[in-house]
Amino acid sequence: MTADTTSGVTAGGVVGAGTYTPAPGAAPVLRMIAAQTVFETRLLLRNGEQLLLTVIIPSLLLVLFSTVDIVDTGADQAVDFLAPGVLALAVMSTAFTGQAIATGFERRYGVLKRLAVSPLPRWALMTAKTLSVLVTEVLQIALLTLMALALGWSPHGSPLAVALLLVLGTAAFSGLGLLMAGTLRAEATLAAANLVFLLLLVGGGVVVPLDKFPDAARSVLGLLPISALSDGLRDVLQQGAAMPWGDLGVLAGWAALGLGAAAFLFRWE
Amino acid sequence: MRSSFPGGSLSDRGPAAVPVPGEPVVEVHGLVKRYGARTAVNGLDLVVRAGTVTAVLGPNGAGKTTTIEICEGYRRADAGTVRVLGLDPVTEAARLRPRIGVMLQSGGVYSGARADEMLRHMARLHARPLDVDTLIERLGLGDCGRTPYRRLSGGQQQRLALALAVVGRPELVFLDEPTAGLDPQARRSAWELVRELRADGVTAVLTTHFMDEAEELADDVVIIDAGRVIAQGSPEELCRGGAENTLRFTGRPGLDLGSLLKALPDGTAAAELTSGAYRISGSVDPQLLATVASWCAQHGVMPDGISVERHTLEDVFLELTGKELRS
Repeated sequence: MTADTTSGVTAGGVVGAGTYTPAPGAAPVLRMIAAQTVFETRLLLRNGEQLLLTVIIPSLLLVLFSTVDIVDTGADQAVDFLAPGVLALAVMSTAFTGQAIATGFERRYGVLKRLAVSPLPRWALMTAKTLSVLVTEVLQIALLTLMALALGWSPHGSPLAVALLLVLGTAAFSGLGLLMAGTLRAEATLAAANLVFLLLLVGGGVVVPLDKFPDAARSVLGLLPISALSDGLRDVLQQGAAMPWGDLGVLAGWAALGLGAAAFLFRWE
Repeated sequence: MRSSFPGGSLSDRGPAAVPVPGEPVVEVHGLVKRYGARTAVNGLDLVVRAGTVTAVLGPNGAGKTTTIEICEGYRRADAGTVRVLGLDPVTEAARLRPRIGVMLQSGGVYSGARADEMLRHMARLHARPLDVDTLIERLGLGDCGRTPYRRLSGGQQQRLALALAVVGRPELVFLDEPTAGLDPQARRSAWELVRELRADGVTAVLTTHFMDEAEELADDVVIIDAGRVIAQGSPEELCRGGAENTLRFTGRPGLDLGSLLKALPDGTAAAELTSGAYRISGSVDPQLLATVASWCAQHGVMPDGISVERHTLEDVFLELTGKELRS
């Protein structure tokens, strides 16, 4: 096997114009992360089912329950009770349900496998996924906040506490979503993620106050990540509380559990 | 051999040290891979040299994809050594991955992504990618339009996967069944692309189920069965060695084949298949053809429809593995 001397000439004629001459190399990692974030966010925002989950359902719940007296929220203005709950729901819909379903199908269709041999490192892919979730959440929160304000919402409290709750809530739900996506079949993830979304919507203090449940159920439900997030947001935004340490602690616990388990159990193929 | 390498363009090659043609870029020695009780790869050796196209053939389950995927860093070998571009595919993956292009057997694309945007995205992950529009035109991906990946035809998905493997201007591409599901025209076009890659100095390792593909494209053919290499060489070498050729003709029924065989070299066989249809098998060369013709002349027989069947890679493959390649 030696290099021949008839460079660039094969039986097919003169080729070797140099179009494919190797020039390998990874793009700078920040550029890769930015590209991956933009690409995944664009695909997500274009996906009808995802929009139903992340935008339409929270918006409908906010408007419907604020204007029609369905559940006694115990607040002067129903929207003061509902807005924090719906913000928590928005975080769950994107970080947990949406991410679990999208990642589950990426795994199923070999996208994760294909990206694993691209120049994009695994940590950079996960960073991009997180950024994509955060970008989506910012858009959701902006939209829902405007709607709530239009419905007469008057938020209180420290923006720092709100930001901390949202970030820890995102971490907790992302961990659980990725755990599900990385261990179950895509169809099972699709079904389970939607079911969990529905159950936590009802039983997590989003639109139905937890004190409507019996005491025994309430103490268990209160430990759910969605309850901690909606309760913490409500403490700050409705009651003007300082740092809701208890809820932050519950969210941190779920985040550690979910992300830790996902890191160990996630199967890429 | 048909390998070629454009001279004088080394300075254009970017910072990575591109291997000199003929140097080994894939070195696999004594590779063993087990899945539970099943041994998928059992002491396999494989060397791929820079600037060549190597076709890996084998029946389903022979260990082709496992071997390729170990070279790509997807799984660890249970025993043996694997070096790709001088690197360990698992422990030095971060350095290896930007330098290789991979075409998976199926999938690999976001179901909601359009072909052009997926290709553009993959290009953005590389430092000096190919011009995406040129590549789209080259592989006829323009007809995918705004259709999401999940609704593209199998052939369109296949062409996109090939484009994704080459867009980063890799030194080495692994193509797992690159033309499965393509129509004849698209296959020719894909073959042409592989030839252009080789002409520009890209090394290609492909698995295939098509013998004509291996004969058309490959400088080296590696036949794998039960996790081991059972034959290796250029298509010409493989077709020449081992396999027998066949000479057929028709003539008067009931010829005395014993007398014919006495005139022919040892190891030649002759048979009257149906009345008046004769088959001679053995090492059919011009000398043998002349001997048969003169024997016929001596016996007043006019051999009609005389034909020589050269053995194809497919015959060699069947002979070696006893298996159909496609199943």
